[in-house]
Amino acid sequence: MNFDPRFSGRKFASVGTRPIRPDGVDKVTGRARYGADFNMAGQLVGRVLRSPHAHAIIRKIDTSKAEKLSGVKAVITAKDLPDLTDGDAAMYDILDNCMARTKALYDGHAVAAVAAIDARTARQALKLIEVEYEILPHVTDVDEAMQHHAPLINDTIFTEGLQEKPAKPSNVTKRSQFGHGDVHQGFGQADFIVERSFKTEQTHQGYIEPHACVASVSSDGTADLWVCTQGHFVYRQHCAQLLGMEASKLRVTSSEIGGGFGGKTHVWAEPVALALSRKAGRPVKLVMTRDEVFRASGPTSATSIDVKIGARKDGTITAAEATLRYSAGPYAGSWAEIGAMTAFACYKLDNVKTVGYEVLVNRPKTAAYRAPSAPMAAFAVESAVDELAKELGMDPVDFRIKNAAQEGTRSSYGPVYGPIGIGPTLEAVKNHPHMKAPLRKNQGRGMACGFWFNFGGQTCTDLNIGMDGSVSLAVGTVDVGGSRASLSLVAAEELGIAYEHVKAIVADTSSLGYNDMTDGSRGTFSSSMATISAARNAIKILRERAAQMWDISVDDVVWEQGHAVAKGEKHGNLGKLSLKEIAAESGKTGGPIAGHSELVADGAGVSFATHICDIEVDPETGSTRVIRYTVVQDAGKAVHPTYVEGQYQGGAAQGIGWALNEEYIYGKDGRLQNAGFLDYRIPVCSDLPMIDTQILEIPNPNHPYGVRGVGETSIVPPLAAIANAVSNAAGVRMTHIPMSPPRILAAIEAERGE
Amino acid sequence: MAGIAVSTTINGDITEYLCQPDETLLDVLRDRLGLTGAKEGCGTGDCGACSIILDNRLVCSCLVLGAEAEGRRIETVEGMAHGDQLHTLQQKFLEHAALQCGICTPGFLIAAKDLLAKNPDPSEEEIRFGLAGNLCRCTGYDKIVRAVQDAAIVMKGA
Repeated sequence: MNFDPRFSGRKFASVGTRPIRPDGVDKVTGRARYGADFNMAGQLVGRVLRSPHAHAIIRKIDTSKAEKLSGVKAVITAKDLPDLTDGDAAMYDILDNCMARTKALYDGHAVAAVAAIDARTARQALKLIEVEYEILPHVTDVDEAMQHHAPLINDTIFTEGLQEKPAKPSNVTKRSQFGHGDVHQGFGQADFIVERSFKTEQTHQGYIEPHACVASVSSDGTADLWVCTQGHFVYRQHCAQLLGMEASKLRVTSSEIGGGFGGKTHVWAEPVALALSRKAGRPVKLVMTRDEVFRASGPTSATSIDVKIGARKDGTITAAEATLRYSAGPYAGSWAEIGAMTAFACYKLDNVKTVGYEVLVNRPKTAAYRAPSAPMAAFAVESAVDELAKELGMDPVDFRIKNAAQEGTRSSYGPVYGPIGIGPTLEAVKNHPHMKAPLRKNQGRGMACGFWFNFGGQTCTDLNIGMDGSVSLAVGTVDVGGSRASLSLVAAEELGIAYEHVKAIVADTSSLGYNDMTDGSRGTFSSSMATISAARNAIKILRERAAQMWDISVDDVVWEQGHAVAKGEKHGNLGKLSLKEIAAESGKTGGPIAGHSELVADGAGVSFATHICDIEVDPETGSTRVIRYTVVQDAGKAVHPTYVEGQYQGGAAQGIGWALNEEYIYGKDGRLQNAGFLDYRIPVCSDLPMIDTQILEIPNPNHPYGVRGVGETSIVPPLAAIANAVSNAAGVRMTHIPMSPPRILAAIEAERGE
Repeated sequence: MAGIAVSTTINGDITEYLCQPDETLLDVLRDRLGLTGAKEGCGTGDCGACSIILDNRLVCSCLVLGAEAEGRRIETVEGMAHGDQLHTLQQKFLEHAALQCGICTPGFLIAAKDLLAKNPDPSEEEIRFGLAGNLCRCTGYDKIVRAVQDAAIVMKGA
């Protein structure tokens, strides 16, 4: 069926309202079932043994004592997960990360696992596994890992993206370059140039729910997996491939998910749990501890970034250049590439060049974290932009407005922009009362812009109309923050019925066609597109049934506000048939009424935001306090504005934690020193003020309702906005994130010459 | 190993169970009694997702042993609503969208209930410090604080 995804400019009845979410009551009564809240008869407890070394050859693993312990039902090592990846390097890395094969590559790398009748027995069994390591030199710092004398993490890695293949292997897996024009010439035209180097430390997504799953492999080769994930279809593919199963034999059910932020897009424990279940012949529940979550899952890249920007006296940027180094953990990724693409995406530039270097280190495999790679690049660029505005004597908002990208601008990463929101967010910030509010002593104000691509991807949705006229909507994008409410609104809108008559669920992998992950801010964007398409298909059938009931041509039946209406004078006395009336007769008119949709949701509109914040710095201690925070972001169309605000506020809060406090701290021994919420401190309620939001709606021309993804962009500006505020408050430019009290104090003292 | 016999009161009902000496109250609630409303986010008392009220005191159930519950009174999120009538805090959390993923919500509801029982008219700052033992990674706390403020107004008028 042809589906026209173009923006239609319709007036909305349901979309844009703020009803209570359909999964809400279960979540406030404790009834909602998350990853660890599911159990099966005969279930065993799985536990994973992890390397205490940052880099070591695994000489030998002796599991015999553990196997003999009463109550232990299975012990596995890499031998129980044979390599079935058939030359697929990315899958091999996933396999190796799930269970180390020849080398442990970071503190926390899984080396063996057990399944036992209870947690205590499983813990005892882990202690009985003997691993002989040959410890190797390690490297955890991104800049040190690039040095030619650095310990080599993988001797098969030769830097990609160079003109010639290098003679020697190194820790640099890839060089990526973006841009256009001639930066050398552009800097020649500049009256002022700012050149600075920045560093950001590694952070974790910090979802409150640890990874958890229950795996059950039957002797007939079929299996079930219950798991908290952002993408159960992708988990099915990865697990099936690693376990040597047909995908259709593995049914994956996504539980309620207790936060992901990109961190639950990668398999870690699930193939291990399946392998344990296969070996033990019983279901296995595997739940990570918080220590394991920090040491072995998640984190984002640590970075080191050089930025150079030049401008004429009139405030026109003439050239912009950045070199970005991103840590990837011990496996190749594309994190530096994404950083290099996003760095200057907010601006209209004639001459721009960015170069990204992807660097291996002995840290956990880098995972996506909300607009992955963009916040660090924005921190560096937006800090330099602020400094340049200062040198020019221009207001930082006006300087950005003058150089902001517009519709028709060729972006720094290639494509030409359609209608975009960077200009409008800046104008809104310029006129926001926050910008005019007075500041007190030791307080500074900062602002910064951020960009994120957004993603669409493969999407499949079923919409079934019951005989009572109520609607069941089955989607395949995991609901990470209220999307069942927004998708129910969309179904209600398109069908012309009340929100209360729609019930949305997330279907398992055996009940619906393939869906990409809930990532790239695609959940509501792509599944709403598929829901609209499915509803339109259902409406076609509803019209056919009404025509049948009236005994007229379907061409004379239109769908208006939840009713079939006969058009034309000859049908003037037929009145209307409601969806409910048509559904009630469906058994006699051709059977069940449903609409399905399978599509690739192209045209995810790019997203921009501008943030303002006020920070107070104590010059005696370097401690900081967030006084006020405002988010302005383009949503395209806010389907459920309360949850859009929630995305803006949540991203800002994560950014505040990253900017001021959060970081992975490694000892000289390569071990993570702060693998817990006490020492890796995320913002608590008393750390933050209310976070004000302003939703702009610049319709995405590629979505029927104008929707853009909203989930990720909100974490892009905070690092820079806060750095600019702290720098203004403390009178010294901050170049290292997080701006913890010792770093701020050291900067203040260095400025004073102490 | 022989279990320890415990008799306690949970959400008003007398409950008996056997537990091991090293088993936490959170493990007992979740794994032995099927009360999975309390969540384990850390197991070290840092996240508050396992918050319960034990004899009128807000505690992390991961830091209490199952055996310590003998003869005491436990309140969990499962006991907050009366039949199908939600507690005001539960209703306000829904109305304000004070949850996104919802994993921290049971802990926040219990902590907020304890806070309002002890301070029915808290300032914003008192709410923020009163809930500082509960981590939320999704909301930035804004809508949680507003929900508690709104609930306090309704509960005072009740």
